[in-house]
Amino acid sequence: MTRQKRSHHKLKRAVAPYLYLSPSLLIIGLLMLLPMVTVIAYSFQNSAVLRRDPSFAGLKHYQAIFDDPVFWASLWHTLYFTCMSVIFHMTIGMIFALMLNSDRINPTLRNILRVLYILPWLFTAVIIAVIWRLLLEPNGVVNSILMQIGIIGSKVEWFSSPQTALHAVTFANIWAGYPLFMVSLLAGLQGIPKDFYEAADIDGAKAYQKLIFITIPQLMPIIISISLLDFIWTMQVFPLIWITTGGGPIYATEVLSTYTYKLAFSSYNLSQASASAVVILLISLGLTLFYIRYQKAR
Amino acid sequence: MRKRNSGKDKLITVALHVALAAGLFFAAFPIYWMLSSSFKSNTEIFALPPTILPKAFTLEAYAAILGDPVKLRFFFNSYFVAGAVTVLTVLIALLAAYGFSRFNFRGKGSLNTIIISTQTIPPITLLIPFFGLVVSYGIFDTYVALILTYLVFTLPYAILLMTGYLNTLPRDLDEAVAVDGGSSWTALWRVIVPISLPGIVATSVYTFLLCWNEFLFALTLTKSTSMRTVPIGIQLLMGQHAFEWNQMMAMSVLGSLPLLLIYLVAQRYFLAGMTAGSVK
Repeated sequence: MTRQKRSHHKLKRAVAPYLYLSPSLLIIGLLMLLPMVTVIAYSFQNSAVLRRDPSFAGLKHYQAIFDDPVFWASLWHTLYFTCMSVIFHMTIGMIFALMLNSDRINPTLRNILRVLYILPWLFTAVIIAVIWRLLLEPNGVVNSILMQIGIIGSKVEWFSSPQTALHAVTFANIWAGYPLFMVSLLAGLQGIPKDFYEAADIDGAKAYQKLIFITIPQLMPIIISISLLDFIWTMQVFPLIWITTGGGPIYATEVLSTYTYKLAFSSYNLSQASASAVVILLISLGLTLFYIRYQKAR
Repeated sequence: MRKRNSGKDKLITVALHVALAAGLFFAAFPIYWMLSSSFKSNTEIFALPPTILPKAFTLEAYAAILGDPVKLRFFFNSYFVAGAVTVLTVLIALLAAYGFSRFNFRGKGSLNTIIISTQTIPPITLLIPFFGLVVSYGIFDTYVALILTYLVFTLPYAILLMTGYLNTLPRDLDEAVAVDGGSSWTALWRVIVPISLPGIVATSVYTFLLCWNEFLFALTLTKSTSMRTVPIGIQLLMGQHAFEWNQMMAMSVLGSLPLLLIYLVAQRYFLAGMTAGSVK
């Protein structure tokens, strides 16, 4: 190759990656980063979106949100819904993964159960919501079974009584979400070297000691990263709550996403909704930074 | 090997199987109930005591759904939007992944971090500016609005998934093309794409699934019944015929079929996509 040709080649190598990335960067820039800037701008405007020349509002909309008791109730419900979901996703996922990984069950049974245990994952949130509405109907099958066994004395209106609604949606979400943990932990379990357990057997370790001193520490990186992701995603859940309770009765199951949605598209207060959306964004970004830092440290 | 003696050991095995059965009931009963209710009449769904198997097996709910052009349109819309987004996403992500996997360039690390973090941006935050943009560009209630906005949340995953796959392919392959004087573009299409099919399938499956499940944008950025997708269609059905549970269940079964089929046929790719980004 001549020198000129080589430098031409070099230039091509230098420009090429940007060309390959340009469609993606264009989409992410225009449809993700720009809207994020836009929503922040909206939150400082009066009658955002609705008026062509909105006036500057300062922190007025943030003030309005922080003064709204429904916002704080939504924040609390989101926290309860998310924490309970993540804890139970992890616990159930762990129990199922350990059971499936046991050498006491026959491999064919294991494979069949593995497929069946993943089932809840294969259904859209809307469908999950509809299924649970049918199951938890006052005249539905859950009430009828619970009354037969004698756990409840009369029909419970799971989704429409303020005492049970939040627990009911949380339960439905727990059911819907554990397979992510199960699948990831199962993959993790299969990656733990067998000699660890053999060495423990020689030392006469009991089953629970092996669990606490080998299995759980080995799975810790997976547990932490999935918990963080699950926390971020569960915090953003919308359709499940929207279809089962719509945030009601009254505000009993209002979470940040339904609260923001209603501000924007029921009250058409898009400025205040933007302020609320920015608050959600900041919480998510905080957790994301934490997650990325954790992934890099690994 | 562990010693298998004593009654205690047998007891543990029995207890494990009881727990497995309880787990199966927990995981599968709600889905079984959906399936069995879709074959019942509306009166039988709430019969006391509940019937586990449909006593009078009927396909009337399915006939009602499949005979209604409005509902078939929901399915067409879902397939069309998810299909279009999948094709676009895979093409665009393949190019980006090739750039990430085969080149070193300034800003690579920070771009990668940006893409990872965009996975966690709350959809509700993007929804309000999207609504503003979609209305002001006159694409409210169109396929274009859905396809463009869906791309935003399918792309980051797809790029990460494809980059991960391309990184597993040896570099000698495309370097051989370069030695022969071919450009990186030639190497991509002649060498990389043909051997990347498993990665492309996994990415397509996951992208399709994300689009098929999407609810919030479809709810807000479309309005007319003819533009609605399956999840919104189910919600509408719920509002209009609140007591026709058998139809709602039949529609839910039909709406779940694509994902169930993909899962059964391509379990490996499916799981690869579902756990992408969370497990390295």
